[in-house]
Amino acid sequence: MEKYQAEKLTSETIAMRIAKEFKDGDYVNLGRGIPGLVANFVPSGVDIYWHGENGILGYGTAYTLDEWEEIDLCVHNSSIQYVREKPGMAMFDFVEAFNMLRGHHIDAGVLGGFQVSERGDLANWASEYPVPPWGIGIGGAFELVVGPKRCIVAITHLDKNRKSKIVRELTMPLTGAPQYVDLIVTDLAVIEVKGPKGKKEGLVLREVAPGWTAEEVQALTDAKLKIASDLKTYEL
Amino acid sequence: MKTKILNSFDEAVADVFDGAVIAFSTFGPASQAMNLWEALYKKDVKDLTLVGNMVMPIREGGILPTYGPTDCVLQPGKVKKIITGFTTGVYTRDGKETRNEEFETALKNIEVVPTTFGSICTRLEAAACGYGGILTPVGVGTFLEEQCEKFVIDGKEYLLEKPLVPDFGFVKAWKADKLGNLVYYRGQRLHNPLVARASRVTIAEVLEIVEPGEIDPDHVHTPHIYVDRVVKVPKGGMGSFEWNEVLKVISYGPGGFRRRLLEPVSGGMSKNE
Repeated sequence: MEKYQAEKLTSETIAMRIAKEFKDGDYVNLGRGIPGLVANFVPSGVDIYWHGENGILGYGTAYTLDEWEEIDLCVHNSSIQYVREKPGMAMFDFVEAFNMLRGHHIDAGVLGGFQVSERGDLANWASEYPVPPWGIGIGGAFELVVGPKRCIVAITHLDKNRKSKIVRELTMPLTGAPQYVDLIVTDLAVIEVKGPKGKKEGLVLREVAPGWTAEEVQALTDAKLKIASDLKTYEL
Repeated sequence: MKTKILNSFDEAVADVFDGAVIAFSTFGPASQAMNLWEALYKKDVKDLTLVGNMVMPIREGGILPTYGPTDCVLQPGKVKKIITGFTTGVYTRDGKETRNEEFETALKNIEVVPTTFGSICTRLEAAACGYGGILTPVGVGTFLEEQCEKFVIDGKEYLLEKPLVPDFGFVKAWKADKLGNLVYYRGQRLHNPLVARASRVTIAEVLEIVEPGEIDPDHVHTPHIYVDRVVKVPKGGMGSFEWNEVLKVISYGPGGFRRRLLEPVSGGMSKNE
């Protein structure tokens, strides 16, 4: 546990690792939190078209505080970060944006989360159900899990109470539909959820953070991990 | 020629009745029909049902007067039911979530139905097209099964999203011609075209009104058949481009109450998505 505090990777490193999952020309939706950082780490020469469920495709980089005067309040992504317009950018309505998700036109969705189960179930919209009426935080998360061809979850390995976020069974309400998560990238490991969507077979530990062994990662993980025969160090 | 152009927002919402279902768009300030919300806020009406992607505890404009669904939620008795995908406060004002307590108290007396953004789209789409419902795999195995019937088609499970027909749709657009053809500017579009298509009576607040023909037929986003009433926002009025520039300074200028939204996203627990 102390080692986790001292030697876990940063959110930026998680984002950097996820950026490696994309290929030139991919259409990708980034959720709030760590996923939002991924846009900063796409290698030059690779064009990724970012999709925002508010109805925007192919937007540019986000404005910084110093650049606030250039913001157009009508141009933002789905995390309400104001972004630059980019040549070729398209805007459309909400239902079109959700059809792009639901119709599997988006190559990957990257989400944050509270828990992921060993069958690839994600919980990220509420910590309990029924939720209090002021605690509804679903947004586009359900469609982001089910729609895109690949569902990638970007999380810290442990939550604020130092409990494993990767669990055998969810204790929090499910997001989207069962068994849709394909890859989990944490501050300790890269874990594949093996098998086709809806028929997931379990977790395979593919990569561990520098200085960590598979056994140490398993010790901090509630769910059972199968260790890949070609286990690697986190590849950046 | 029968005119759809009305002179005041009060007139535009005059026939909103007790128990009416109202659909709308919210996602940041761009797409929200604030002037219609102000008129509804002032109107004596009760037991409304609000259908929209977000009902947020914090007002959009900081110290600028703004109106949205939340203002009506805070009026006792005005709103009976809310169908929405987002009620959590992610914004702060002056460093604290100033309206949360009042908002939470108000919600205790309202039936709040949690749903997903996509489900609202699907239900309004079904209403707009006259479908009996739309089958989607999204939500199978989740709490949505309590709200939707489940069907198996070719061995795969789907939920039936039934049509939801709003009595009134509040729409915000950039330009309208006198027939009611609408064009949106950038993120103003959002839920507005769907709200226009789905609602029995669609009321649009627009920043400009032009003659028929001035909007190129290829550029019409919402054809006028869907639009029943149009009211022009006065120059510099709530939600106008000039007003947006003022809001920008108040929100993101030095000492702005929204500046933290522009700071790099910090890691850790992400609330959703």
